[in-house]
Amino acid sequence: MIPTILFYAFAAVLLVAAIGVITSRNPVYSALYLVFAFVQSAVLWLLIEAEFLAITLVLVYVGAVMVLFLFVVMMLDINVEQLRQGFTKYLPLGVVVALVVVIEIANVVWFRSEGRAFVTPDPYPAGYSNTKELGSVLYTDHVYAFEIAAVLLLLAIVAAITLTMRRRPGLKQQDIAKQVAVSAKDRVRIVKVESAKE
Amino acid sequence: MVTVAHYLVLAAILFSLSVAGIFINRKNLILLLMCIELMLLAVNFNFIAFSRMLGDTLGQVFVFFILTVAAAEAAIGLAILVVLFRNTQSINVDELDSLKG
Amino acid sequence: MESVYLTIVLAPLAAAIVAGLAGSRIGRAGAHWVTIIGVAISFALSLYVLYGIVFGGLETFNGPVYQWAEVGGLSIEVGFLIDRLTALMMAVVTAVSLAVHVYTIGYMHDDPGYQRFFSYISLFTFSMLMLVMSNNFMQLFFGWEAVGVVSYLLIGFWFKRDSAVFANLKAFLVNRVGDFGFLLGIAALLLYGGSLDYATVFGQAEALSGETMQIFEGAEWSVLTVACICLFIGAMGKSAQVPLHVWLPDSMEGPTPISALIHAATMVTAGIFMVARMSPLFEYTETALSFVLVIGATTAFFTGLLGIVQQDIKRVIAYSTLSQLGYMTVALGASAYAAGIFHLATHAFFKALLFLAAGSVIIALHHEQDIRKMGGLKKYLPITYWTSVLGTLALIGFPGFSGFFSKDALIEAVHASSLPGSTYAYWCVLLGVFVTSLYSFRLLFVVFHGEERMDAHTKEHLHETPAVVTGPLIALAIPSVVIGWFMIEPLLFGGFFDGAIFVREEHDVLGEVGAEFEGALAFVTHAFTHSIALYMAAAGAIVAWFLYLKRREIPGQILARFGALYRLLVNKYYFDWFNENVVARGTRGTGKLLWKLGDQILIDGLLVNGSARAVGAISSAARGLQSGYLYHYAFAMVIALAVLIGWFALRS
Repeated sequence: MIPTILFYAFAAVLLVAAIGVITSRNPVYSALYLVFAFVQSAVLWLLIEAEFLAITLVLVYVGAVMVLFLFVVMMLDINVEQLRQGFTKYLPLGVVVALVVVIEIANVVWFRSEGRAFVTPDPYPAGYSNTKELGSVLYTDHVYAFEIAAVLLLLAIVAAITLTMRRRPGLKQQDIAKQVAVSAKDRVRIVKVESAKE
Repeated sequence: MVTVAHYLVLAAILFSLSVAGIFINRKNLILLLMCIELMLLAVNFNFIAFSRMLGDTLGQVFVFFILTVAAAEAAIGLAILVVLFRNTQSINVDELDSLKG
Repeated sequence: MESVYLTIVLAPLAAAIVAGLAGSRIGRAGAHWVTIIGVAISFALSLYVLYGIVFGGLETFNGPVYQWAEVGGLSIEVGFLIDRLTALMMAVVTAVSLAVHVYTIGYMHDDPGYQRFFSYISLFTFSMLMLVMSNNFMQLFFGWEAVGVVSYLLIGFWFKRDSAVFANLKAFLVNRVGDFGFLLGIAALLLYGGSLDYATVFGQAEALSGETMQIFEGAEWSVLTVACICLFIGAMGKSAQVPLHVWLPDSMEGPTPISALIHAATMVTAGIFMVARMSPLFEYTETALSFVLVIGATTAFFTGLLGIVQQDIKRVIAYSTLSQLGYMTVALGASAYAAGIFHLATHAFFKALLFLAAGSVIIALHHEQDIRKMGGLKKYLPITYWTSVLGTLALIGFPGFSGFFSKDALIEAVHASSLPGSTYAYWCVLLGVFVTSLYSFRLLFVVFHGEERMDAHTKEHLHETPAVVTGPLIALAIPSVVIGWFMIEPLLFGGFFDGAIFVREEHDVLGEVGAEFEGALAFVTHAFTHSIALYMAAAGAIVAWFLYLKRREIPGQILARFGALYRLLVNKYYFDWFNENVVARGTRGTGKLLWKLGDQILIDGLLVNGSARAVGAISSAARGLQSGYLYHYAFAMVIALAVLIGWFALRS
């Protein structure tokens, strides 16, 4: 009973947060609403006993990605008013498409699943570790995919840095290769000074 | 009792909201990116729900990878956005029509 | 003998090349000497061959002399078939040709195109010889077309005259129609007979008559009938049979020697000769024979009628030629091939005579051809007049003259024929005799008798034409009168053409006629008692005398009374009008329609530019889709996603 109440409560908050994301005037609010939505989702995932992913969601999204979003939103000087023009122009179309998608999926869940979706997953026994379970699969069966994901992240880091790096003219920079390639005679000139003759 | 169907319908509503979000915030690139994040979240909901329903952890592995990819995507997308803003002083999608044939 | 045959053919060709290409170097005299020598050699050798075949026991020669090409088992050769028919034709062709050469020296004396003219007529001799001496269809076709080309060149010899250019184009185009049929006939024989060689194809004639082909859905036709009718369509073009006769009167635009000897006496006989040569094929298809018979009869009678209303001296004779060609064709259709060839031979003489006499009149009157401006010429041109009289008598078939023998035998043969259409043909040729007599004597009376209608200036200079002109007249007058006596018996009833012309037992009308034949003299006397034709001719002569000498006002009254008929005749049954307005304009209209509709609108407009424009239109539509706005792409993706889900979800 309590899980059900919790589900509805958090689900309601999640939807409110999602609506907030898409309707806020200010992008900063939207980002914060999105953070809120992610937190609610994490709680809901906890309810369905996906603890590891719930924690990861909070850590990765709320901790990293959304901070990045906020960072960008605040960093850029965005003319919000201009972006809000014609806000409602496509609203009816959006609502219609959204409703169609909802109805379609609900139709699948209710009528075409033939009742299979209306099951409550059995709770895991005591001592079951979702993290351990996931890890044992991730590091054995899906280890290649895991490695690739790691490389992908690295790639994303490199790409993001190269994209955003600016070379300003007149900026003093070290050239490591040049520094290493330097030899003594480039730097030191031995001058034989004639001694003064009185 | 909370059934899998609850989660699936919740995910569907979440997905539709983000679809509507794309339509509404069509001019704002950052919000478009956020809506995409929201869509991925809805998808993740489905994966987790099905994983629990079928008793198979593979669904959660998928979510794990989706999170990874979404993070990478967000990073690169925002980087592109920053570069774009630096060049055009705007993220107004209406002004970005140089792809027009 | 092979080298003799080759010499006969090649001598005129060599002369033509020399006169044509080196004409300016060898001069006028050089040109006529080289060509006359060339043709004289051919003539002498032809006579030698004819003599050898008829009396000297010379074997019929049939063989290739040169293989031109071999295409997939089909051998294309140059070969000769020299039998009695060929030998006779060779003699006629070279004789006429030689006469033209000599006559031309006088007629074309002042013409700037002197050498060119000699080159052409020599080339014509070569082409005609190739045609008659051929032993295969390919060479026959070559000769056929070469004759057509030279004819084109000669009709348009005075190429600065619009009417000449129009006439030669007309002759060429009308002959194209016939040649197309001819080519189809050859193709049909090649397809079903598998060979171009005469002997091979003739050997299969009986088998081919049993085979059928399907040209249109559901219509089975005998191969041989189709092939023969196609071949005869070729003959209709070349021998000017209705409805392809329209070119012959116009061909009179050419110099008179040409109209006379080539278009009237030689070239037009190519079709007659060809049908006679193909007798082994035609004999096995009565349908084709009937077709030949009816076409010939129609030509014989109806084109003769046209001769009565013509005012141009050469055109009257041209229509007479058409009519006589119709007679020959009728003979062919009635399976009396020998009679056709006989008439061809006699006609060559007396028609050449008439034409040359007309030429003589024209020269004497300084190139005046309108008979309304003549009259009373008898006393100025005695030689021309008397030779004309002889020619006319021969033409109408006065007993004892050459034309009498050939024409009477021919009419009797048609009378004896039992083919479908033979009754019609018999009446046509009988009435034709009356018509022939009428227009011939009309011409004679109007030109040589009556009042003198030429202007004073012409009258002053009026005198008999020079010897080069009157010489050939006299030379031709003699055979026109007497040749029938010698030729009728061997040619028609003596089996002269045995082996060259094939007649089946049940078609042997000449045999029937020959059963009563008891020598030439008896044939003449017999005619007085039995021949209707003779009295028809006499009636024609009397009517002509009455109308054009005695009561000259009557023709005008008749004209007023029967204006519609007169207009029909003057307009030549509206054949030209039909060709001009229906065939030519229809073709042009169709062409224009196809050009505008098919080419410009359908192909250029719809297919070529249309496809380009369609691509352009689709592209610009697609370009509109590519707005470049990010959200448009996003919308497209999202909506497509919704549709895709819908499709998956609603799919049963």
